[in-house]
Amino acid sequence: MAVLVIADLNAGALSDNTHKTVSAAKAIGGDIDILVVGKDAKSAADAAAKIEGVRKVLLAQSDDLGHGLAEAIEAVVVPLMSGYDAVLTPATSQGKNFSPRIAAKLDVSHISDVVEVVDASTFVRPIYAGNALETVQSSEAKKVITVRPTAFKAAGEGGSASVEDVDAGAGAGATKFVGEEIVKSERPELTGAKIVVSGGRAMGSAEEFQKVIEPLADKLGAAVGASRAAVDAGYAPNDYQVGQTGKVVAPELYIAIGISGAIQHLAGMKDSKIIVAINKDGDAPIFQVADYGLVADYKTAVPELMSALG
Amino acid sequence: MKVLVPVKRVIDYNVKPRVKSDETGVDLANVKMSMNPFCEIAVEEAVRLKEKGVVTEVVAVSIGPAQAQETLRTALAMGADRAILVQTDADLEPLAVAKVLKAVIDEESPNLVVMGKQAIDGDNNATGQMLSALLGWPQAAFASKLEISGDKATTTREVDGGLQTIEAPLPVIITADLRLNEPRYASLPNIMKAKKKPLDTKDIASYGVDTAPRLKVIKVAEPPKRGGGIKVETAADLVAKLKNEAGVL
Ligand SMILES: Cc1cc2nc3c(=O)[nH]c(=O)nc-3n(C[C@H](O)[C@H](O)[C@H](O)COP(=O)(O)OP(=O)(O)OC[C@H]3O[C@@H](n4cnc5c(N)ncnc54)[C@H](O)[C@@H]3O)c2cc1C
Ligand SMILES: Nc1ncnc2c1ncn2[C@@H]1O[C@H](COP(=O)(O)O)[C@@H](O)[C@H]1O
Repeated sequence: MAVLVIADLNAGALSDNTHKTVSAAKAIGGDIDILVVGKDAKSAADAAAKIEGVRKVLLAQSDDLGHGLAEAIEAVVVPLMSGYDAVLTPATSQGKNFSPRIAAKLDVSHISDVVEVVDASTFVRPIYAGNALETVQSSEAKKVITVRPTAFKAAGEGGSASVEDVDAGAGAGATKFVGEEIVKSERPELTGAKIVVSGGRAMGSAEEFQKVIEPLADKLGAAVGASRAAVDAGYAPNDYQVGQTGKVVAPELYIAIGISGAIQHLAGMKDSKIIVAINKDGDAPIFQVADYGLVADYKTAVPELMSALG
Repeated sequence: MKVLVPVKRVIDYNVKPRVKSDETGVDLANVKMSMNPFCEIAVEEAVRLKEKGVVTEVVAVSIGPAQAQETLRTALAMGADRAILVQTDADLEPLAVAKVLKAVIDEESPNLVVMGKQAIDGDNNATGQMLSALLGWPQAAFASKLEISGDKATTTREVDGGLQTIEAPLPVIITADLRLNEPRYASLPNIMKAKKKPLDTKDIASYGVDTAPRLKVIKVAEPPKRGGGIKVETAADLVAKLKNEAGVL
């Protein structure tokens, strides 16, 4: 048995999602190799080589790979698959973008968003916005899987795998990168943060969101999240969205401010260790999952919280 | 120019799904069903392209049971020109859906496919990417903006950290994200008109595609419930509890 893990890079650096996906690979068993794709990704590959329990790191570099174009990544992975029984990718928006293509090319099913590895062919995944957990068994020759990183502990460091170059593939074909707008932030990355402070529609404007949510997040060293309603209204950027169709987070502490708790939002945060809700409506569904609920207007509650934190 | 829009009939997004007590699946008996929200966004985008004069025909396709005709009528009422139901009572996996869609596309030869990024029942987020790989057409997934000019599609995509813009020659596969547009409600006159628009029903077997399930569903269980929490009176109480009881500060 050999498993290929596709590394996740954040601004060119190896992200913790990779370590978590390696843990899922260990639950499957066998030799584990990591594939790093990108542009100037040698240092990320060196970092991947230090993950404990990794046999070797494969490095593929090109411009198209640097832009994460789905066709380009698929073209690198598919030829490598003759040597692997499974390929695991973190279920980030990039992973979700290319991983199903690999399955289609190999003519096997895609197993999306795995939260538990029961054995080498049996996996658990959430469906219906996390309102059900489906256990599926695959008897196919190759498994193509995306892994929900928050469901796995990060594999440790201490390895010293070799790094070898592999073919960078044929590129993205007809698809061309035009440009990107990436939000730069000094705050911790949302999906890996220990504390997340999220704001909802109650904020009413982008200025209010920045005035209320961000200082609290900064005081707590937290990442900032948002409900869909807040993102749709332009109070927060799209990649802040937490939920069924946004990011999934599971921090030690999740603070929801002015968020009602629709099932689509809960799908992205209900596995947090401690949930705090501040909402002026005592009947808001968010209180059904909150460990600590404060029924209050955020306009008074957040300043009080700021001063209580000192 | 022709655009094909695959639409799926799913549990309505406002309904809280309940797991069956025998753990074989989610109980859909007497549950409100609707068009998958992301498919609504895809239909809206296709209809807008027609209204702008970019495309001349919008064809909606659903693979599913006879009741999926209702979903297709909704697409027609929103402005699609005609519909195809590929009828089956089986619950198909994304790979099978992609293969059937490929067979439909081989017949229909659209210039563009606009579909949802995710169906909110299986939450797979896989079919569009698979279809693109099977057809060898460029893929623009998680689109929040789409512009077609000449034979080129420019798509802004929602990615980790922000937005990315890519460009590809037609034909392409677009998958719609939430912020691509806000779907319209069909007006009563349009609902009436939709009843007269053509809706073809085809037997899935006529496409000769292997749609047998690849995965065996062992069980569908309810997720662990969170224990009930408490209400605190003040922000100061909250901070004290987070420090002393929860130990997270
Ligand atoms: C296909 C689909 C996918 C979706 N995906 C997601 C997703 O990934 N993530 C997501 O979040 N949503 C998602 N949604 C949307 C979801 O259904 C809800 O509409 C959304 O989560 C609501 O956001 P909200 O809680 O901020 O707004 P609302 O539901 O409007 O709630 C605002 C809350 O603020 C409270 N409030 C108002 N004023 C104050 C005040 N002064 N002080 C304190 N509290 C106040 C109100 O009591 C209310 O509870 C999706 C929907 C669909 C159809
Ligand atoms: N049975 C189906 N019939 C038509 N389109 C479908 C079907 N299943 C999935 N799709 C399309 O594929 C998209 C993504 O679905 P999924 O990959 O299942 O999350 C949906 O939004 C639809 O556009």
